[in-house]
Amino acid sequence: MSGAVSGAVSGGPLLSVRDARVGFGTVRGLLRAVDGVSFDLEAGRTLGIVGESGSGKSVLVRSLIGLVGSGSGAIVGGEVRLDGQDVRGLSAKNFRQLLGRDIGIVFQDPMTSLNPVMKIGRQIGEGLRLNRGLNATAAARRAVELLVEVGIPEPERRASQYPHELSGGMRQRVAIAIAIACEPKLLIADEPTTALDVTVQRQILDLLQREQRQRGMAMILITHDLGVAAGRADDIMVMYAGRAVEMAATREIFRGPRMPYTEALLRSLPRLSDPTHTRLSAIPGRPPDLARRGTGCSFAPRCTYRSERCEAEEPVLSREGGRGFACFHPLNASAGTSA
Amino acid sequence: MHWLARQVLRLAVVLFCVTLLTFLIVNILPGDVATAILGGLATPEDLAGLRADLGLDRPMLVRYFDWLGSALSGDLGRSHRSGEPVAQAIADRLPVSLQLMIMAQVIAIGIAVPAALLSVRRPGGLFDRLSASTAFGFLATPSFMLGILLIYLFSVTLDLLPATGFSPMSEGLWANLESMILPALSLGLIEWTVLMRVLRSDLLTTLKEDFILLARAKGLPPWRVLLQHALRPSSFTLITVIGLNIGGLIGGAVIVEQIFALPGVGRLLLGGIFNRDLILVQGTVSFIAAGFVLVNFLVDMLYAVLDPRVRHVRFRS
Repeated sequence: MSGAVSGAVSGGPLLSVRDARVGFGTVRGLLRAVDGVSFDLEAGRTLGIVGESGSGKSVLVRSLIGLVGSGSGAIVGGEVRLDGQDVRGLSAKNFRQLLGRDIGIVFQDPMTSLNPVMKIGRQIGEGLRLNRGLNATAAARRAVELLVEVGIPEPERRASQYPHELSGGMRQRVAIAIAIACEPKLLIADEPTTALDVTVQRQILDLLQREQRQRGMAMILITHDLGVAAGRADDIMVMYAGRAVEMAATREIFRGPRMPYTEALLRSLPRLSDPTHTRLSAIPGRPPDLARRGTGCSFAPRCTYRSERCEAEEPVLSREGGRGFACFHPLNASAGTSA
Repeated sequence: MHWLARQVLRLAVVLFCVTLLTFLIVNILPGDVATAILGGLATPEDLAGLRADLGLDRPMLVRYFDWLGSALSGDLGRSHRSGEPVAQAIADRLPVSLQLMIMAQVIAIGIAVPAALLSVRRPGGLFDRLSASTAFGFLATPSFMLGILLIYLFSVTLDLLPATGFSPMSEGLWANLESMILPALSLGLIEWTVLMRVLRSDLLTTLKEDFILLARAKGLPPWRVLLQHALRPSSFTLITVIGLNIGGLIGGAVIVEQIFALPGVGRLLLGGIFNRDLILVQGTVSFIAAGFVLVNFLVDMLYAVLDPRVRHVRFRS
């Protein structure tokens, strides 16, 4: 996977991102929130983007769909292709069309992602009227059908209610209904369960997965929790300090991480096989200050395997047997090649 | 309804305080209505006689509660000076003042809302900075000064509109509007500034919300995001300020009616003060205070219309 991107409209990946960059001008200089991330996503597959808060995963994805930019003073770079079409080159109007029709997004907190003063049915129908040309009656009918589909009881009554009249889990179901309303090709779920009760987290993830499979959508699942990505994502991209540090099929990440940061993330997961009262392992130190990045690997100060080379030289994401990692001292060398 | 009862009680307390204070203040003023009617050359006997005729020789608190009793039954008394019933005098002049304030309010909101919406399209941009400095310029201008400037510009220099005087609706809608447009501008051109700044700042806060991002992700064009998603949740402070500003507007109207020679309630009040016409002043001030409290009561009701969450809390508990 070099920088070469084929010009073919079909046959290639649904989403192709090359060298994505997002910088914010601050008083202390340029803050590189996302620093040269590239990945591909095939139709029908799920990519989990995993990292600590501040690792740049949300900013990366929001920048892809133009929701970071004007007004925030962000500088956005790189190439984004959806279905072979250069997204960044589109006019504002065409880009909005693409956003409305082909991409659906679910945000973290359904308390704040729904308009508090607009009825639920109208919030669902709005995109349908705009992007699919439905009239008000048809959009309202479709909104009720969508509420049924995402598992909301009494859909007619709910459609004429306001968000505050629903529980958090129900609101997230509504948010999913909004995201899938226009039959998008790509569904982005940005920490979709983080703000929810543990009891409903699983239901929401199951719903997302079911919808994704039924509709053959590609999905990007952003999460800070490898456990959430475990059963849901086909591939996982681990981000640290604005960069992709490891990229592999989910199974292989869990079988044997190559990058010490991924290993540390895995070790911080609680396991059922652990004896009771086992302390969860935390990663010592803090993520680096993105406005003053030094030379060398960003993870080096927190890494137990670091050497002099790690502090002097920046490892690039190298690929080996279908998986990528940015490390001079990769772990699990034997498990590196998959069967 | 518990909430409604509280509002009514509040109205009663405010009115009691306002009328009592007005009564006290007008009585402290030097000179009285007898002197004002009979002139400086009247003999003390004549003055005392007139005061007795008008009932002014009784103790102040007795007169106050006497007045309050009849006011509660709708009788605001008769003007000492002209003998005209105060309620009638107010009713005759109210349409002019109401029209003035409604037009001023329409002008203020009509400028403030588009200006705020345009400002937040690009915060810190040219329009934003321009409208901010224009707003501060107008805010620093007193309404009487603006009135005089407007007369100078539109009546004296351009000769487009009448400088003073009032044409009732019976002389035709256009003649009526012509006589009201400059007075309404003198008030509205100052009021929009506050409304615009308040709405702008609330819009900027709302635009950072996730539901705005979601609206943009639906593919809505920027102006639809602003109008359909951002404006309504951003308008609560605006509504409050509009209600509170009614007070300032009434104060401004008193002066503006004087400058443009409009026969409104403000001018009635000012005449009453000059003539030490206690009953007239008392009645007019009480009426204005009641109107102010009532408008703010309506504003409170408007929250429930605009924000379903308020409706939820207020009418379920």
